[in-house]
Amino acid sequence: MTMTNETRPLHLANARLIEPVTGLVSPGGVLVEAGRIRDIAPELASARVEGAERLDCAGAIVAPGLVDLRAFIGEPGEEFRETLRSASEAAVAGGVTTLIAQPNTSPVIDDPAVVDFVLRRARDTSLVHIRPAAALTKGCRGQEMTEIGLLKAAGAVAVTDGDRPVVNAQVMRRCLAYARMFDMPVIHHPEDPHLVGEGVMNEGEFATRLGLPGIPAAAEAIMLERDMRLVHLTGARYHAALVSCRESLDILRRAKQAGLPVTAGVSINHLTLNELDIGEYRTFLKLSPPLRGEEDRLALVEAVAEGLIDVIVSDHNPQDVETKRLTFAECAPGAIGLETMLAAGMRLVEAGLISLPRLIEAMSAAPARLAGLDTGRLARGAPADLIVFDPEEPWLVDPARLRSLCKNTPFDGARMSGRVTATLVAGRIVHQYR
Amino acid sequence: MSAPSDFVFPHRHLLGIEGLSRPVIEGLLALAEEEIAISRQVEKKKSSLRGRTQINLFFEASTRTQSSFELAGKRLGADVMNMSVSNSSVKKGETLIDTAMTLNAMRPDIIIVRHHHAGAVNLLARKVDCSVVNAGDGAHEHPTQALLDALTIRRNKGRIEGLLVVICGDIAHSRVARSNLICLQALGARVRVCGPPTLLPAGIDRYGVEVFTDMRAALKDADIVMMLRLQRERMNGAFVPSVPEYFHFYGLDREKLAIARPDALVMHPGPMNRGVEIASDVADGAQSLIREQVEMGVAVRMAVLEALARRMPNG
Repeated sequence: MTMTNETRPLHLANARLIEPVTGLVSPGGVLVEAGRIRDIAPELASARVEGAERLDCAGAIVAPGLVDLRAFIGEPGEEFRETLRSASEAAVAGGVTTLIAQPNTSPVIDDPAVVDFVLRRARDTSLVHIRPAAALTKGCRGQEMTEIGLLKAAGAVAVTDGDRPVVNAQVMRRCLAYARMFDMPVIHHPEDPHLVGEGVMNEGEFATRLGLPGIPAAAEAIMLERDMRLVHLTGARYHAALVSCRESLDILRRAKQAGLPVTAGVSINHLTLNELDIGEYRTFLKLSPPLRGEEDRLALVEAVAEGLIDVIVSDHNPQDVETKRLTFAECAPGAIGLETMLAAGMRLVEAGLISLPRLIEAMSAAPARLAGLDTGRLARGAPADLIVFDPEEPWLVDPARLRSLCKNTPFDGARMSGRVTATLVAGRIVHQYR
Repeated sequence: MSAPSDFVFPHRHLLGIEGLSRPVIEGLLALAEEEIAISRQVEKKKSSLRGRTQINLFFEASTRTQSSFELAGKRLGADVMNMSVSNSSVKKGETLIDTAMTLNAMRPDIIIVRHHHAGAVNLLARKVDCSVVNAGDGAHEHPTQALLDALTIRRNKGRIEGLLVVICGDIAHSRVARSNLICLQALGARVRVCGPPTLLPAGIDRYGVEVFTDMRAALKDADIVMMLRLQRERMNGAFVPSVPEYFHFYGLDREKLAIARPDALVMHPGPMNRGVEIASDVADGAQSLIREQVEMGVAVRMAVLEALARRMPNG
């Protein structure tokens, strides 16, 4: 890993620039100085910049670094799963320059002091920007609201109970109403736990064949529909953390058409895999919400392409052998994804289902805007959180070589094309491949 | 068809009926026919598994299946060890894989596994060096039950092809139903499933079966009526409101049986809940094959063990 001298400008030359917000793709170069983009121009593709260190991108893409709105990290409390440091190492290899850490840690990030701890630890150990999403309810138990105002003041960018839904509609209503006062986005995992019941995968023919209890799409749709009513009632900014099925898309479309302040995310897993990938009980493909059918997957991809779904997340969730080397019903849900999200997304670009600028927007500008972060842009004066990305570079996913402490990747052994060759965070090169 | 003595089973394990071809299923049934004779002799002994070690690993209590496998192994000359791993000892921390590794180190030749979770037997089979037979995993498969049912039907009807079989009851939670409908359809039977909507699994119509909620309609023209056990915890409000209501609509009594063909035969994998899914007089009546199923169980399990043993090194 090369650490450049921060005082000396860095010139990314001979690049293909992707500005995700405008969708502009053009040859050019970027000049980075003092942690920010000093200049960006077509002439910088080949020009020589006096006194600047030159990084020849050889025609590779330069785009904003990715912002991952949903990563589970084990620190504090479960550092054997992932530390802020190890998550950041996986992040830079995958092109992620900002991580929004989920509050489901031990202790839960439901107190301003814990927000402060995470921010300080991240400052001292992480290669990327890490900002916590604080808990929406104390202990993520879904009963009493947290100190949303103080959490925001401490540096939390959103409130959420992470992978847990707030079941009680009255609690949810009050949380939304209260969060609105601070214009704090509320991120929710819309899933009715009673309809989930003992379910462990998508309900349907394939679950029946495997003899596994199913989770109906209605478990998600009912909760999302409820939330839309509560947003209508309160006017709060609401983000559905993950949607997985066609039913949810209809609900979102209606809500957006009605002008509700609603956004939605989807995990890279749900865009690139379906229930059949579970095969013979592969526990790394047990996710929450579950992988659905191929028609759902295609509908989700289309929804991202048209902007109905705003954000793509890694839903990075490290689980070690103790929680995954069990039967499918008993194992914990979740998959790691920081290092593979962009390459997996390239499958959709190659299939002609989504444009590369839109893919990058859904992984950078859109989540940055949602979290109120000034990043995810390619413009003069913007923070120099950047990636250099070769969309054609082939590679094989070898779990042993992934940086995450846990190896539960659903892309175990998969062939990928597209690799991040350099990652800059605040103008510093924090990762270089080759 | 080749003689049973030449039959070669093409798999290392028997994890389910799914994936078995019709000739393989028929090969196992033909071999089982031979084993019936052994069990009816005075000296119920063969030497096909002499020197072999068979471990019965049951994570879920079972009297009949475990003893059936035990007898089958012993009649073939194997040394049989029963291991009942109660839920509590698993909860002490040993995972399924740890248990598998421990047993594997004892160098068994065959492990028979029953587990309360679907896929557990597949998982275990990947971790051991010997053959594994699925004796029931969650709501997934129970292949030897389906084989013994097929054998019982064939011996009584002379064929399976073209018969109409109605499987009735708790289809959703039943591994017996899954294995049976795959097996019977592979052998050319028409299959209907019948139960209340709460006990029918999603996507069951995609199995190529006819789906009924009205038992009387389902029973029309039936050659075989296969009843399934309803677990106690599902009887009182969770899936069906009560035992009397369930019996009224889905219990097989004489009156409902009269809707089926006059020569229809009644089956049940056991253990039965008399007065819940089946009336006593039907269970014990002239049309019942329930006791014969138990006998065929030993024969089929002998056939499976012998078929697997033929594939073993020095077998």
